[in-house]
Amino acid sequence: MNPISSPSPARLATPFALPWAKLLRWIYVALFLLYLYLPLGIVALLAFNDSDLPALPWRGFTLDWFFDPTGDRKGIFNDPQMLGAMGTSLLVALGVTALCLVVGTTAAFLFERYPFPGSAALYFAMVATIVIPGVILGVALLSTGNLVITVLRDWLGRPFVSAIGLSSLLRPGLFLVILGQFSFIGALATIIIAGRLRRFPIEQERAAMDLGATRFQAILRVTVPYLMPALVSAGVVSFLSSFENFNTTLFLIGNQPTLPILFFSRLRFEITPQINAVSVLLMVGAMSLGLLSLLLGRRNSPEG
Amino acid sequence: MSRSPIVSPLRRVNWGVVLTALPLLVWIVGLVLWPQLGLLLQSFYKVGGDTVTLANYLSIFQDSDLIFLRVFGKTLLYTLAIAALTLIVAYPMAFILAKVLKGRQKLVFILLLATPFWVNELIRVYAWIGLLRETGVVNYLLVDVLRVLPAPIEFLYNDIAMLVVFVYSFLLLMLLPIYSSLDGLDDTLIQAAQNLGADRISVFRYVVWPASLPGVTSGLILVFTLSFSNYLIPTLVGGKSSLWVTQLIYNRFVVATNWNLGAAYSFILLAIASLVVWGLLKLTGQSLKKVLGS
Repeated sequence: MNPISSPSPARLATPFALPWAKLLRWIYVALFLLYLYLPLGIVALLAFNDSDLPALPWRGFTLDWFFDPTGDRKGIFNDPQMLGAMGTSLLVALGVTALCLVVGTTAAFLFERYPFPGSAALYFAMVATIVIPGVILGVALLSTGNLVITVLRDWLGRPFVSAIGLSSLLRPGLFLVILGQFSFIGALATIIIAGRLRRFPIEQERAAMDLGATRFQAILRVTVPYLMPALVSAGVVSFLSSFENFNTTLFLIGNQPTLPILFFSRLRFEITPQINAVSVLLMVGAMSLGLLSLLLGRRNSPEG
Repeated sequence: MSRSPIVSPLRRVNWGVVLTALPLLVWIVGLVLWPQLGLLLQSFYKVGGDTVTLANYLSIFQDSDLIFLRVFGKTLLYTLAIAALTLIVAYPMAFILAKVLKGRQKLVFILLLATPFWVNELIRVYAWIGLLRETGVVNYLLVDVLRVLPAPIEFLYNDIAMLVVFVYSFLLLMLLPIYSSLDGLDDTLIQAAQNLGADRISVFRYVVWPASLPGVTSGLILVFTLSFSNYLIPTLVGGKSSLWVTQLIYNRFVVATNWNLGAAYSFILLAIASLVVWGLLKLTGQSLKKVLGS
């Protein structure tokens, strides 16, 4: 770039400056934010409306849809099915997050540090999982599970296979849900972690080894702390992606629904403000987790 | 820099490399490639049959009213429209975020725009149900408050409602990649063009747009594939006539329990989706790794 003219930020700030352009711009921004926030705001508002329908007019403030002391309205904390689904979702999300962090870190090291034949193809297959429709990932895993059960039964005999619990693991259920969600969320985690590992100044690791650390110690004490912001955001992305997953889970779920699955079935049959109350909890949880990871990532990584 | 005393670290941790590679291999081969291949094989057999056949694929030309082809074509058309609409709505915001806002203001806006993105897709869809349904907030305003309508109208369960919710749901997937492309565009380039006498349209066409292209491509790919394979929005918000290809697939698997036919449908979906993604990449001269991998 030829630095003949020193950049003047003032002029650049308004490259499209016409008298009405600025006004138009702020109208657009205001409408954009309204479009983003108004629907969510109304959902939240109606969770506290003292009415049996999630609708206006406003009939006064109530917390019945969270805790109902009398039992006429079903508050979420008085609804065992809802609480059970929350627990299930939490369990699945923690499982998926743990898998994503471990496998994502090893995969990131492999792709960034040890180029091997077929590495590009493997990377492509991994990234492809993000664009493969979630429904298809779920279906494919389900039918593979079935196939494995059938083959194992032919080989080892039915009693043995059921005895070691394999057939129940590979049937629709939480184990398959975790594997199915991990199969594409793992790619998101790997991409995030690999992105930061790529910028790691590898001399630091060498320096640690010069000072007497083993390679493993150097990675653990020098590289992993450097990766921490990426690990945090990979963890949050994995957790939230899992907690909100519907498409892949739909086919893999057994008789223990996750929260999105239960939410969906409630939505189809009866809409009460209880759904708004669940939404409020989830919104607050997800937004604060997301903000936290953004702020942490920003604070810990001045160089991006 | 000191690298002398280290005896090729690679040789000392060869077992480490193997151990590092193992989880990745199990994941990609065991959970992705094998299941996909299995599904592909399945699509070449009739239910319970053991001869390879194209019958499942050919059946799409034979079913009554060509339902699959019609639904598939409609889904494809709508999905492209959704991607284009999302681009139009999101692009100016991405530009404002990257090039107009500065410092603290910019940070606040990034947070403002990113926050709803963390909210569950189901809730975002439910929010629109609450707005648009017959007893919803929009009807309340029009009938009871403003008194422009004599009686409530059902705004849900039609194609327009579906499009609005689709655009709403995927807006940020378009916005963020475009923003990060534009953010990487050196401001002095815009200035140089202006100094050389370019008008606003030329600056956009020759400087801003090319710089945003990787982001635009990645946004289009994300929005396209995610709407194409979406099941929730057409099911909850679309009407009877808004049948989506994923609903057909779901029906094959769950209602009709014809897995082989469902597998064939899935692969047609996958093939067409890949073809569109490939086409987008070719059209914009990008690569998948560049667009999604960084």
